[in-house]
Amino acid sequence: MELSINYILNELNFIKPELVISISIVLIVFTDLIFDKRKQILPVISLISLLITGYFVIEQFGMNTFAIAPAGSKGMLAVDPFGAFFKMVVLFASFIIILFSINSSEIKLSSDRHGEYYTLIFGMILGMLFVISAADLILIYISLELLSLSSYVLAGFTKQSLRNSEASLKYLIYGGVSSGIMLFGISIIYGITGSTNLYEINSLIQAPQLPNITFILASILIFTGIGFKISAAPFHFWTPDVYEGAPIPITAYLSIASKAAGFALLIRFVKVTFIQSINTEGYWQLLNIIDWKTFVVLISILSMTLGNFAALWQNNLKRLLAYSSIAHAGYLLLGLAVLSNQGLLAIIIYFAIYAFMNLGAFLIVMLIANKTGSEDMDDYNGLGFTSPLLSVSLAIFFISLTGLPPTAGFIAKLYLFIALIDAEMITVAVIALLNTVVSLYYYVRVLKHLYLVKAEPDTPIIGVSALNTVLILMLLIPTLVFGIYFTPIVDFAKVSVSLLGF
Amino acid sequence: MHIQIEYYLILSAFMFIVGVVGVLTRRNAIVVFMSIELMLNSANLTMVAFSSYLGNAVGQLFVFFVMAVAAAEAAVGLAIIIALFRNKLTINIDELNILKW
Repeated sequence: MELSINYILNELNFIKPELVISISIVLIVFTDLIFDKRKQILPVISLISLLITGYFVIEQFGMNTFAIAPAGSKGMLAVDPFGAFFKMVVLFASFIIILFSINSSEIKLSSDRHGEYYTLIFGMILGMLFVISAADLILIYISLELLSLSSYVLAGFTKQSLRNSEASLKYLIYGGVSSGIMLFGISIIYGITGSTNLYEINSLIQAPQLPNITFILASILIFTGIGFKISAAPFHFWTPDVYEGAPIPITAYLSIASKAAGFALLIRFVKVTFIQSINTEGYWQLLNIIDWKTFVVLISILSMTLGNFAALWQNNLKRLLAYSSIAHAGYLLLGLAVLSNQGLLAIIIYFAIYAFMNLGAFLIVMLIANKTGSEDMDDYNGLGFTSPLLSVSLAIFFISLTGLPPTAGFIAKLYLFIALIDAEMITVAVIALLNTVVSLYYYVRVLKHLYLVKAEPDTPIIGVSALNTVLILMLLIPTLVFGIYFTPIVDFAKVSVSLLGF
Repeated sequence: MHIQIEYYLILSAFMFIVGVVGVLTRRNAIVVFMSIELMLNSANLTMVAFSSYLGNAVGQLFVFFVMAVAAAEAAVGLAIIIALFRNKLTINIDELNILKW
């Protein structure tokens, strides 16, 4: 292989976003060391470098190629519009989360460690950007670990609180076990095929004399690792505990960015590794090794049902949102179970909208917790009368999460159900619909506390600063507007469905 | 003497199971952590065995990465265990019961 300097420089063109993030990590560490007293520079640097990264990610919408490819083999990274979309979701979530962190009283408590905080956030971003476009099992494992290790620390960032360190340790143990299981699966797949590249594995397993049962087992082991990241049902045990224990900005971050990266990885893994052909209507013909359709449908029904029913008796808002996030992972998995480009389109639309509404819900919970110091539902009594902006916004975000018109959540669910019905999976669509009805109960229960309980004299009046008002509107307006005028988001999603090679 | 690959695979599968059982049954966070390391190492052994069997260096290369990751994970893990111990003066995972249902 010719390793000329020109070759390397040329390949670096494809990982510009990752390079910017890496440089920012170094920059943040040094700024933290040099300007020790002025911690408020750090978020500014972070926001600027996220904007620059965003610019390079937008460039990637026009690319469709392998990057870092050794001679004679497929590349480590697949740079394509599909990856670019998920990178945009991650960057958008990171941007909002940094604005969250400026306001969060939990994060402010440990202001002397802000340098570490932003460094770790950027470590997570770097891991996620690589995981989204990784096409090689080695890179998948390493970037997934980079993502996980940073998030373990962030989950316990305010280490003085017991709740925090407990969440962190639980996350670490569950995460360590699932990544160990995933690694074992990877090692078996490597042993069977002799390759770690997803595209090469795909061409190698077309041969019929493959040891079938071992391959199925290994794929399920890998699915365990990914299922942990997206908090799908049998692998969800960490979700409620970590979501409740972690600082709210980090909880919000895990629920959007980490889940987006996991879904991008899952879709790429299933589609690239197992595909045989795509017919003219966009349905994927998978290799007859493992019945992904039944498997994913089972996992997703389990996630939806368990998430929605367990959320019914939660009194802590963060824990409620954790179970709701498990349920949403179930809905999103249905888009994959369809095994068609239309299902993929539905997932992409869902994620674009889910990012706004879920971050919005967490923002309101955080602003209320900043004042009252708890997320308990009883502390929300009567807030509808004393803090109208927050309560109305929370109501809209929750209605959107349920999926009722005229909010954007309705559009997200609509496209998902259209994809399901087109694929003639009526039973599954009905189950998902019934689950949506169940979810209405616990979302509305919060609204009951806000509006139907009279305000006591000691009900706090929660003032909202100008920055926070802007932040709320930034998330609220898209949630409402995309519910009525959703053509731009659908057009954007149609550009983003194209995976490299298919 | 040449050792056949089956023996390596059986050994690594056994190590993996020991690791999983250790995670499920042990109550001390550090022992749980050691069991996780055992799971990672069983994957490493599989990888090296296959690498030598297939005459393909990718597996051995992967093992180096995994070892680095495992070291990082151990560092992070022990730091988190210490942070917890300072707050609670125990690392028995049965007593971690603030967050539940």
